[in-house]
Amino acid sequence: MAEKLVGVNYAPPDLRAKITGRARYAEDFRAQGMVFMKLLLSPMPHCRVRGVDDSRARRVPGFIDIMRASEVNQPEGPTEAMLTDEPKYEGEPILAVAAESEEACAAAIEAIELDLEPLPFVLDPLQGLRPNGPNAYTEGNQFSGQDGWSTYKWTDADFAEVDAGRMPNPANPLVEWTKGDIEAGFAEATVIIEEAIVHQSVTHHPMEPRSTMAYWENGRLHAFVSTQSAQRTKMGMAGALEVDPEEITFVSEFTGGGFGSKIPGHTHMSLAPLMSRKIGRPVMHRVTRYEENYIGRARPGFQAWAKMGFRADGKCTAIDLMIVQDSGPYGAGDHNTASNIADITYTPGNMRYRGFPMYTNTPPKAAQRGPGGAQINGMLEPLIDQAARELNMDRLAIRILNAPTVEYGMGPRSQRMTSTRAKEALRLGAELFDYENKIQLSGQRNGSKVTGIGLGLSTYTAGSRGYDGLMVIRPDGKLYVYQGIGNLGTHSISDTARPAAELLGLNWDQVEIIWGDSSRGMPNSSVQAGSQTTHAHSRANYAAAQDALRKIRAIAARQLGGNANQYRVDNGRVLGPGGSMTFAQVAQRAIALGGEYDGHTLPGDLNAATVPAANMHVGTGLMGVARDNFGGEGGIYSWLAVFGLIELDVETGQFETKELVCATDVGTVVHPRSLGAQCYGGAIQGMGMAMSQRWVFDPQYGVPFANRLYTARPPSIMDAPRSMAWDAVGIPDPQTPTGAKGIGEPSVGAGSAVLTTAIADAMGGRCLCRTPLTPDLIVAELEGRPLPFGRLDQHVG
Amino acid sequence: MHDVESVGVLEKKYSRRTFIKGVIATGATVSSANYLFRGPNILGAATLQSTTERLLTLTVNGQERRVDVLPNETLAMTLRYKLNLTGTKLGCDRAECGACTVLVDGVNQYSCSILTHQLRGRSVTTIEGLENADTGELSVVQQAVMDEGGFQCAFCAPGFVMSMTAMVANNPNVTREEARVALSGNLCRCADYDKILNCAMRAAELARSV
Ligand code: FES
Ligand code: FES
Repeated sequence: MAEKLVGVNYAPPDLRAKITGRARYAEDFRAQGMVFMKLLLSPMPHCRVRGVDDSRARRVPGFIDIMRASEVNQPEGPTEAMLTDEPKYEGEPILAVAAESEEACAAAIEAIELDLEPLPFVLDPLQGLRPNGPNAYTEGNQFSGQDGWSTYKWTDADFAEVDAGRMPNPANPLVEWTKGDIEAGFAEATVIIEEAIVHQSVTHHPMEPRSTMAYWENGRLHAFVSTQSAQRTKMGMAGALEVDPEEITFVSEFTGGGFGSKIPGHTHMSLAPLMSRKIGRPVMHRVTRYEENYIGRARPGFQAWAKMGFRADGKCTAIDLMIVQDSGPYGAGDHNTASNIADITYTPGNMRYRGFPMYTNTPPKAAQRGPGGAQINGMLEPLIDQAARELNMDRLAIRILNAPTVEYGMGPRSQRMTSTRAKEALRLGAELFDYENKIQLSGQRNGSKVTGIGLGLSTYTAGSRGYDGLMVIRPDGKLYVYQGIGNLGTHSISDTARPAAELLGLNWDQVEIIWGDSSRGMPNSSVQAGSQTTHAHSRANYAAAQDALRKIRAIAARQLGGNANQYRVDNGRVLGPGGSMTFAQVAQRAIALGGEYDGHTLPGDLNAATVPAANMHVGTGLMGVARDNFGGEGGIYSWLAVFGLIELDVETGQFETKELVCATDVGTVVHPRSLGAQCYGGAIQGMGMAMSQRWVFDPQYGVPFANRLYTARPPSIMDAPRSMAWDAVGIPDPQTPTGAKGIGEPSVGAGSAVLTTAIADAMGGRCLCRTPLTPDLIVAELEGRPLPFGRLDQHVG
Repeated sequence: MHDVESVGVLEKKYSRRTFIKGVIATGATVSSANYLFRGPNILGAATLQSTTERLLTLTVNGQERRVDVLPNETLAMTLRYKLNLTGTKLGCDRAECGACTVLVDGVNQYSCSILTHQLRGRSVTTIEGLENADTGELSVVQQAVMDEGGFQCAFCAPGFVMSMTAMVANNPNVTREEARVALSGNLCRCADYDKILNCAMRAAELARSV
């Protein structure tokens, strides 16, 4: 019997390379004659480049060439260009210099004289909404493809409400939706909780900065890129450079994290290829941590008002939510997602959402692990506890009561889900945490330390449909799985092949995973984002494996006699009434038969990008190739319930996370150890987002103070909870053949929520309703001192 | 970790202060340019007239390597761009993340913050030097990572593995809590700390059994 693969731990096939120094990330590639490129970053948050004098730079020994904004595509409206003559944040690249050495690049950049015209800028989106507040663009602060630029402001009366600490009621919200009857919902409520909330922006800071190396050879581009996705990033790069995707050899074997900041690659990855084309030399663009802070993306901050109504039994009956979003110069969609996730997590039935996404002159925003969801779950969970307190209800019971079942539809269109096991996750987590006993410790004081219990529920997208799988059983008897997804550390390049290999009755040592190099064939794939991949590509590979299985059986029946359906596979053999064949023999037979067996004929419904990839392997063995036609209806979401115990030192405002428990609904568990790591890793990231990572700007000059790892500090090993445990509900998703949904996103909001609720708990139920939860903020609140900044001020850390 | 290492014998040779002093002595300013790299001659790069490379013999992974280095060149840059040892990673360029950790005479050090010319006569071990070159046998720490499925993106892994190597060599009876402190100079942005500590414990166990 072949071994079981799904639900079993294993060492991913790329692990040995990662710990012997053989794994090559983008900056580890070299080419003969390689030179360096560096960017000149804007020193101002918003300015116009009136002139560039590069005469001294050109005399720097080793200088090769310079690239200006006029040489790259300049899209219309608030869309990012690779280089710009009107920088809209401090750190935006103005021009690029190539030189024989990085040092010469820097010397040349220092020798460039810029004539800059400073322009008005806005950092805090709420300031931009003031009647005479500054705009991020000279043309205005709102853009529509149809009508172009316009300006949107609130009135003095609106700000009188804001300043009085109440939710304003501005005319013509930029985004608005309602469901149910919100008035009736609040009328039904016994308790109404209303809070103003600030959630800071947070830089992604993946461990590997976004370096690129590129060269051209006979018109073909060879690009070595740090990206989350692979096949889809190649398509993005082809679009940006206006070249045929088949003329690119795209390499991204290993990526040192992305967390949403490198989904389809990134804007600046195309600069090295452009510079290389211009100067005819291989170009290394090594991005430093400092540069990564600026061009590396960030999660948008929120200034929000939330009003939630609860019936006497604890049921949430209405939510009125309003979010002002720091969209950076180029926009972000987090606030919309946040509104939908507020609805699905607390199931009010009656909800109004008003959104105000505002452009600002702060570094660009992008999806960051659980975009929107992570902010809203971390922000609203303490409000659920306030309601429980006022209703004298148990904190777990109120969450179980309000958590959705599969019947609840999300958002204004009441989108249904394929499976929802939120209540089960809460119950499982409570058991694992020993909630009944632990909750008794809430508020217990030991010297200056007070115990706080944290609870949170978080959700996010966890799948998508319709991609292609491609695999070949070669005459060596092994299965070669060709992956077009990226390899950013989630192990999905191999995890998503395990259900397929199991269907084909193979042991893991009979499977080879091919990834990260387009010259070896990348089928059409999902972007590696939104926790889609485990779902999307376990399906796509499963479809290809079903296709392979059908062909294997057909060959066996042809060769050995009998009915194809009577043949089964096990341990690299196909066995049935007429005897057995090895997969090696089957592969040889497939090559001899040709046609669909070895990929000479491909299914007509494949996505176009898969065809060239499949064509690379025609005639090499028995090809399994198919589109995911499994179908399905509704959104695919996974869930995470978290429980935690902290000790808050009420004298210093410091706290330590003692325990963390994660219980998740991800359908079928494919790779337990990796799943646990995604739960813990995301949760700890969420803790950093709520706690130690900072986003602080000098309001006078618009430049960030927290621009390195030590100032925007991600959690270290000392911050990790002392004890951690996880488990999964383990009920398969009924609409996918592998039963598996993704994880990765919801853990960030869960980790944030565990801290926001635990700290409020340790402080006697007081919600600080703002991140980061710095010791100064905590101590000021405990001592009843006023904050040194406005209640809703953003970017003050 | 950095503070701890700056104490005693090491202080003279490798502290950040010495690093900065070294840079100043070479006439370069302490600016971002210290973290920049100058193309190696083997790649056809021209040289800046203002600075001169000097030939140096380094012991890296047990081999004597002769290499031309600039006065302000960091060990990380020499390893990555001149000796083609790209296993050592740069996560921050300046003593904030530990991705660049190597062993210098058995002590874990940030190679982004050591000047190569300070290492005359010293012995450097990088991630490439842990595996047995003849048999392909992994070191106890590497084997522990394989056993425990450590790391996610693993950009931090070479640094952690080097710190763990120094840790188990010093104390194969290290506790989980002590391991946490010993590894606190390395940052994992994927926050795979639970598995990293599992690896550390497994490595100590393997070290005790050899
Ligand atoms: S690169 Fe040396 S400590 Fe970060
Ligand atoms: S595994 Fe990604 S930084 Fe450690």
